[in-house]
Amino acid sequence: MSIPRTTPRAVVRIGAVALTGVLLAACGSGSGSDGASSGDAAGGDVTLTVDLFGSFGYQEAGLYAEYEQLHPGVKIKQTDTEDEQDYWKSLQTRLAGGGGLADVQAIEVGRIASVTQQQGGKFVDLNQYGAGTLKAEFAPAKWSAAATKDGKVLGLGTDVGPEAMCYRRDLFQAAGLPTDRTELAARWATWDGYLELGRQYKEKAPAGSSWIDSVGSLNAIMVGQQKERYYDASGALIYENSPAVKAAWDASVKAAGEGLSAKLDQWSPPWNQAFASGSFATLPCPAWMLGYIKGQAGDAGQGKWDVAKLPGGAGNWGGSYLAVPSVAKHKKEAYELIKWLTAPEQQTKVFRKQGNFPSATRSIGQIADAKDPYFSGAPIGQIFGDAAEQAPVQVLGLHDKDIADQINNALSEVERKGTAPETAWSNAKKAVKNALG
Amino acid sequence: MPSAEPLAPLAPPAPPTAPAPPAAPPRRRGRPAGLSPYAFLAPFFTLFAAFGIFPLLYTAYVSLYRAELQTPGELEWRGLGNYTALFTDPFFWTALRNTFTMGVLSTVPQLLMALGLAHLLNYRLRARTFFRTALLLPYATSVAAASLIFAQLFGHDFGLVNRLLDLVGIHPVDWQNGTAASQIAVSSIVVWRWTGYNALIYLAGMQTIPSELYEAAEVDGASRLRQFLHVTLPGLRPTIVFTSTVSTIGATQLFGEPLLFEGSMSGGISHQYQTLGLYMYEQGWGFFHLGRAAAIAWVMFLLIVVLVGVNALAARRRSRKEAGR
Repeated sequence: MSIPRTTPRAVVRIGAVALTGVLLAACGSGSGSDGASSGDAAGGDVTLTVDLFGSFGYQEAGLYAEYEQLHPGVKIKQTDTEDEQDYWKSLQTRLAGGGGLADVQAIEVGRIASVTQQQGGKFVDLNQYGAGTLKAEFAPAKWSAAATKDGKVLGLGTDVGPEAMCYRRDLFQAAGLPTDRTELAARWATWDGYLELGRQYKEKAPAGSSWIDSVGSLNAIMVGQQKERYYDASGALIYENSPAVKAAWDASVKAAGEGLSAKLDQWSPPWNQAFASGSFATLPCPAWMLGYIKGQAGDAGQGKWDVAKLPGGAGNWGGSYLAVPSVAKHKKEAYELIKWLTAPEQQTKVFRKQGNFPSATRSIGQIADAKDPYFSGAPIGQIFGDAAEQAPVQVLGLHDKDIADQINNALSEVERKGTAPETAWSNAKKAVKNALG
Repeated sequence: MPSAEPLAPLAPPAPPTAPAPPAAPPRRRGRPAGLSPYAFLAPFFTLFAAFGIFPLLYTAYVSLYRAELQTPGELEWRGLGNYTALFTDPFFWTALRNTFTMGVLSTVPQLLMALGLAHLLNYRLRARTFFRTALLLPYATSVAAASLIFAQLFGHDFGLVNRLLDLVGIHPVDWQNGTAASQIAVSSIVVWRWTGYNALIYLAGMQTIPSELYEAAEVDGASRLRQFLHVTLPGLRPTIVFTSTVSTIGATQLFGEPLLFEGSMSGGISHQYQTLGLYMYEQGWGFFHLGRAAAIAWVMFLLIVVLVGVNALAARRRSRKEAGR
């Protein structure tokens, strides 16, 4: 009976090891050694995996092909999740399990505090590859947000999200509104002016078209105009009484109540389809949204869109980092890749192709004169450049993105179900409490 | 049938410890007969211990702590805190209520329709095999594919369901955001997927009912309906108990359909169709509160035990009553 007896025991042992591995997963810190990977790479072929969300524009700008040409033997494979919420969930699960991670993982700025404060051990300290010398290349706030208290550098900045207002010239014209971006900027110098134009639009709007895609986007862009939002500088949670959050909420609720919104859910399939069908006339747009519009509206949208200065001053919404997980297979090569992708020259290329606004200071200087034919020749370099310069340096908190998501969800209740704003706000507070635990 | 003897797996084997009549030839040589059944069962039980018992116990352990996916090193003792917190958690109660209403909305029509379909299929019809296979097709469809299709059918502006309703003059229904509407929509996916499966089980059960009973009933002049009520249903009782138990378990764990209906963990913007399974997933993998998720998992487990117990009790009482009649 020796065989049947030992086999089960081995099975138990293997099963137990496997399970402990999965369940206790994150207890073990990344133990992969980089020596092995960098050593092998010198001669043989390396396939670097890059896992992103939204649209970073590297593929569109041809940067992977260029990098592969510059580095024979390196192949790059990209995966992309549209919705950052889904992306983050799956990234966290894989970080906890320690498997299935790409060599390069993107991190949204709303999550970077969670990474630097809670997951310092799960990403490579890029200083060990000499990232420190790059510091001068980046805007100081961008750089310091990805650094831990003890000086580790966990990510390199890709873009920032200076804010503007994107709009459809053709729909404006059809509704008898001015289409000139300077005139519009003057008319909507304040958010009240913007909502007033929206009312005028609604009166003569083409059938099936609303003023704004969703009040969630209005809320997000307004919150982005403030320095302090959900947390104060000491790290205390202040969103319930924050005037910035309240002002954005009130304006959004107002827009919903007046029926100015197309009631779409951002990043959902119906939202994506609406870019081409003209369901909305304005879309509050951080710079990275330009590439998304191009992707969704397609060639047919060329020349129909335009960009104007944002009502109510400059702001920042989003922007990202590229990081290398500690368990990545090819850490050194991954670092080389992200160093190259976030270098000023490449950031400039991405901006010219996709609109993602550079976080590298030298690059910002290079693009001041950029115009985008897709957006009716709008001087995007100047519009977003001014916004980036004037945008407040935001206080980042541990759960910025979670709070924003829950508030956004409550706003959807108001706009799609007609829930009373007070009820929705108390729902939002409950949901935030539930999410933060 | 000497040749069939070693191959008949369904025949109950003689208990090995039973005193064998001296004349019987020895079945196995060289092995103590008492141990081999355990050896054959061992792979199952070791796997069950590794993948069944251990996770269960580990979940119970984690549920007593504040455990976060992002900071797994920092377990903080909470005792029963994760459980007691559920009593004051409005989202938990919403999920519990939704699980119950959607369980009823999906299980009851599903089993009734399955019974009817099985009854029809039990007649001699042409292309019977075709119909039986067709019944099983929805069950073979992946939940992801089915949910995607149904989500499109129930779309607000361009969905087929609303267009059909429009034809008969009914205003478009908001299948995503309405509480009752969204629950009906999600339940319909469940009904669509599982009706055929249950119908086949009922059909198998019906075929064990002796045909003499039907013949006798027919001689007595019982209609088809009366035959169904007085011959088929009593004969099917064990099968019905089985299907309702399995469906109850399935309904309590309902997860894939509501998750994929809109692709959100929260079960709609007001949690209007968030089930317990979905809430557990949101707590664990949306908000990374593993301790709380584990507590919800255990509550679900206990709930299922209770429900199945009630089911079994009801079935036993019913059959005792029957026997006493």
